[in-house]
Amino acid sequence: MKARVYISLKNGVLDPQGKAISHSLQGLGFKNVLDVRQGKTIDLDLADMDRERAEAEVEKMCQQLLANTVIENYSIELLD
Amino acid sequence: MKAAVIVFPGSNCDRDLKVALTQSMGREPAMVWHGDSELPDTDLIAIPGGFSYGDYLRAGAMAANSPIMREVVRKAESGTPVVAICNGFQIATETGMLPGALLRNASQKFVCKDVDLLVISENERFVGGFQQSQVVRFPVAHHDGNFYADADTLDELEAEGQIAFKYVTPEGEITDEANPNGSLNNIAGIYNKAGNVLGLMPHPERLISEVLGGTDGKTFFDHLVNSIV
Amino acid sequence: MTEITKEIVAEHGLTEGEYEEVLKILGRAPNLTELGIFSVMWSEHCSYKSSKKWLKTLPTEAPWVICGPGENAGVIDIGDGQAAIFKMESHNHPSFIEPYQGAATGVGGIMRDVFTMGARPIANMNALRFGRPDHPKTGHLVAGVVSGIGGYGNCMGVPTVGGETNFHSSYDGNILVNAMTVGLADTDKIFYSAAAGIGNPVVYVGSKTGRDGIHGATMASAEFDDDSDEKRPTVQVGDPFTEKLLLEACLELMATDAIVAIQDMGAAGLTSSSFEMADKGGVGIEINLDLVPMREDGMTPYEIMLSESQERMLMVLKPGREEEARKIFHKWELDFSVIGKVTDTGRMVLTMNSEVAADLPVGPLADAAPEYDRPWVKTPLSPVIKPEDVAAPNDLGEVLLKLMGSSEIASRKWIWEQYDHMVMGDTIQRPGGDAAVVRVHGTSKALAITTDCTPRYCYADPAMGGAQAVAEAWRNITATGALPLAITDCMNFGNPQRPEIMGQFVGCIDGMRSACNALDFPVISGNVSLYNETNGTGIHPTPAIGGVGLLKDITQMTTLAFKAEGDIVLLLGNLTGEMGQSIYLREIEGREEGAPPRVDLAAERKHGDYLREMIGKGLVTAAHDLSDGGLAVALGEMAIAGKIGACINLETDLPLHAALFAEDQGCYVITVRPDDLEMVRGFALAEDILLQNIGTIGHTDLKIDGGLTISVDRLRAVHANWLPELMSRPGSE
Repeated sequence: MKARVYISLKNGVLDPQGKAISHSLQGLGFKNVLDVRQGKTIDLDLADMDRERAEAEVEKMCQQLLANTVIENYSIELLD
Repeated sequence: MKAAVIVFPGSNCDRDLKVALTQSMGREPAMVWHGDSELPDTDLIAIPGGFSYGDYLRAGAMAANSPIMREVVRKAESGTPVVAICNGFQIATETGMLPGALLRNASQKFVCKDVDLLVISENERFVGGFQQSQVVRFPVAHHDGNFYADADTLDELEAEGQIAFKYVTPEGEITDEANPNGSLNNIAGIYNKAGNVLGLMPHPERLISEVLGGTDGKTFFDHLVNSIV
Repeated sequence: MTEITKEIVAEHGLTEGEYEEVLKILGRAPNLTELGIFSVMWSEHCSYKSSKKWLKTLPTEAPWVICGPGENAGVIDIGDGQAAIFKMESHNHPSFIEPYQGAATGVGGIMRDVFTMGARPIANMNALRFGRPDHPKTGHLVAGVVSGIGGYGNCMGVPTVGGETNFHSSYDGNILVNAMTVGLADTDKIFYSAAAGIGNPVVYVGSKTGRDGIHGATMASAEFDDDSDEKRPTVQVGDPFTEKLLLEACLELMATDAIVAIQDMGAAGLTSSSFEMADKGGVGIEINLDLVPMREDGMTPYEIMLSESQERMLMVLKPGREEEARKIFHKWELDFSVIGKVTDTGRMVLTMNSEVAADLPVGPLADAAPEYDRPWVKTPLSPVIKPEDVAAPNDLGEVLLKLMGSSEIASRKWIWEQYDHMVMGDTIQRPGGDAAVVRVHGTSKALAITTDCTPRYCYADPAMGGAQAVAEAWRNITATGALPLAITDCMNFGNPQRPEIMGQFVGCIDGMRSACNALDFPVISGNVSLYNETNGTGIHPTPAIGGVGLLKDITQMTTLAFKAEGDIVLLLGNLTGEMGQSIYLREIEGREEGAPPRVDLAAERKHGDYLREMIGKGLVTAAHDLSDGGLAVALGEMAIAGKIGACINLETDLPLHAALFAEDQGCYVITVRPDDLEMVRGFALAEDILLQNIGTIGHTDLKIDGGLTISVDRLRAVHANWLPELMSRPGSE
């Protein structure tokens, strides 16, 4: 089974990369861009197990390693 | 006195730290491989700079989860002094030994240069070799040194005397121009609450002789060693 | 099985004549894998087919040379049982297509070349050439290349201590990224690539093999057209973390005596590494491709052999040492696989799925590699531009400010602050000086390292330009007090099938040869990058020279910074005032014309040897050579570095603007304490060397009598601001 973890910086944490992307997009003429926040996705290929257990495990992974909760938010999506 | 330097895959300032400690201690520190689960008997733990695990995922994140770091955290809690430099500082925040986090530099660029630092809080063990409010010079070399903590944590760090160094002008003024990476309140280094763990982005081990361009780092290590002996 | 058609042969960059040769060697048609192998082995990049004839004419020997060209890198003796190992290599085409990864993998590749030979890399340098500053791509390429170089070197923990950067429209469509690494080894622990020992295991270590960069070597040997952006997928991705582990693992294994031969898998990957090892050892190799660690499913023998995945090495071990080696590589979490063995057949036999995928004779394939004597024409020379041919400017001060803030002369600090130039704790002269100086760890000696070339001189007069590049490297090392020992060269040129380009190549080699001979400065390694052309327009000929010298005592090092008020400023050497190809002519008059300044190799040698002797006696407080921008710029740079001014009174028969801005060769500005002046003069007199007292250090202005007065702060500001301003323009992310 596959899981996808989305990680983004918390609101209020400066995101220089997002700012730079926003700046570049404006420079390219995309005037409707008001703000950009960037993050990352992590795709996990997991052994088959029930969804609840998978969710709990991935949650644990996020807490322990995948996200730094001082600065980052995360969300989990189970894909199948 | 005995010191231990923790070495992770991708550490690259471990040798520099060893040279600096050896110069000040008159004997070599133990080099401890990340896979070891036990620390040798030691009076000082040093976590070096570099790119542990390539800084992949987040700077310091994977090293923070290695077996040896559990042991380092335990020793720190029981009072062993820890100095965590650059990537070591990132690792220390990732373990929770120190508050806050180190984000990508505001410039988004790696920055390597000498910086001027103001000694902020009294902490005899770590900065007793300097006067309070003295300006000292160490180099920085990092891509992720932009210190962040939420407003409450920041207030607490300031109020509790946990700020070790701030980036300043050569005259000692805290300005945006003197800040190489966008750190909140120009913070370059902090202590934990107990005052026995110091994390800092600048590299004192890089200025330990005139031929390298300065000796403030030597003063730092000489005093640290003397205060522990 | 794919039938080998004319089209497929052409796609592999082989000419009809070369394919005929393939058929002759094999006595049959090759299969696709075999054709791929021929194509990379006979590519310009691997075979040096256009350049070999001329490269052979360069001097490569000296008593201190341990290993000259032909191995992964060159080796020189630096005393006390220690050796410096170094080489420079181009990664031009990949860096234009994907600047970050192209530059990063270039740095990774050259470091592997050096540690393959048993050396720990101790310093990196980079010689960079970009298009004109206002070209729409330049900012983006500078940003990407610089962060790629930093990204790789910084993570490896090897200091990047300097280099050079030029901007010129001839590089608009073909930037140059030349990376140099210097390493340190013990002379009795140097590793070579010749396979030996029939039956010995052939071992693959490092990263897994993927489909990266297939045909990078042939791409590096082809011209660009407007579709080059489409070639993106063939660029490799670097993994400096893995390379750091590979470095530590290799050095750990090298501390034992388990290795017979070792070769990194660079351009053309497993193909060139295995053929070179077998060819040098005069043996055969058998490889079972099923045992190659692979990152992707379903890879064909063709893809495995041509992959340019990075951070991989091929080794031959002594029999029975496999487990010991495997343990080390597993400790560093790297792949380790015995993939074959050395044979006595003289053939490279590759199998996969129990079938023979390729069976080629090693010797004939290497021996029959084409070598061309390409037609060439001598570059027509331009007239000398005499001082009186250039009108005096209204305001010499404005001229100096303009030059200090011009693209060729402005500070490169924006670049080198992105490189960790201090890690390893031995950088005793940081970037920004004439040469970087890196202490040999744990000793009181040091290596001085520089890269140099003035492409506009080479374009105007290839032989003079070639000589100048070598002489300037020698001069920059000398200015630190070190003795220049040897060079590596990175020959960047356009399409060699055009006689005028081939003429530039021949001319540059000619000049380099004279200078190397005159200065006892042999070539010990190098690299050739041809076809740097876009739509038929070639780059300026750019024979980048990387020089290394030895400073026996670090306390005897000089820097260019003015030191103390009252020190006397001396000009060592003779000014001619010839203005051809000068930055003055280009920036002030908008002319890129004339003959480059003459290099007098005898005077060069005499002046340099004298200066080194004076530095060795502790008589010189600062030294800097004259180069871009001439005397006035040299003085400006020394004042900026020392944060102190000078009062200059130049007695000369030349028009002042010519004396100040001509780029006379073989000259230095030096400073001495007043008490030492007579002694320094005495030595100069005895050797019939022209040494002119031109002023005194002091105050906050650079003041040149009858010419200009500018505050050092103002000079610093224009010098510092140009590059950051260029890079803050939109699009230079």
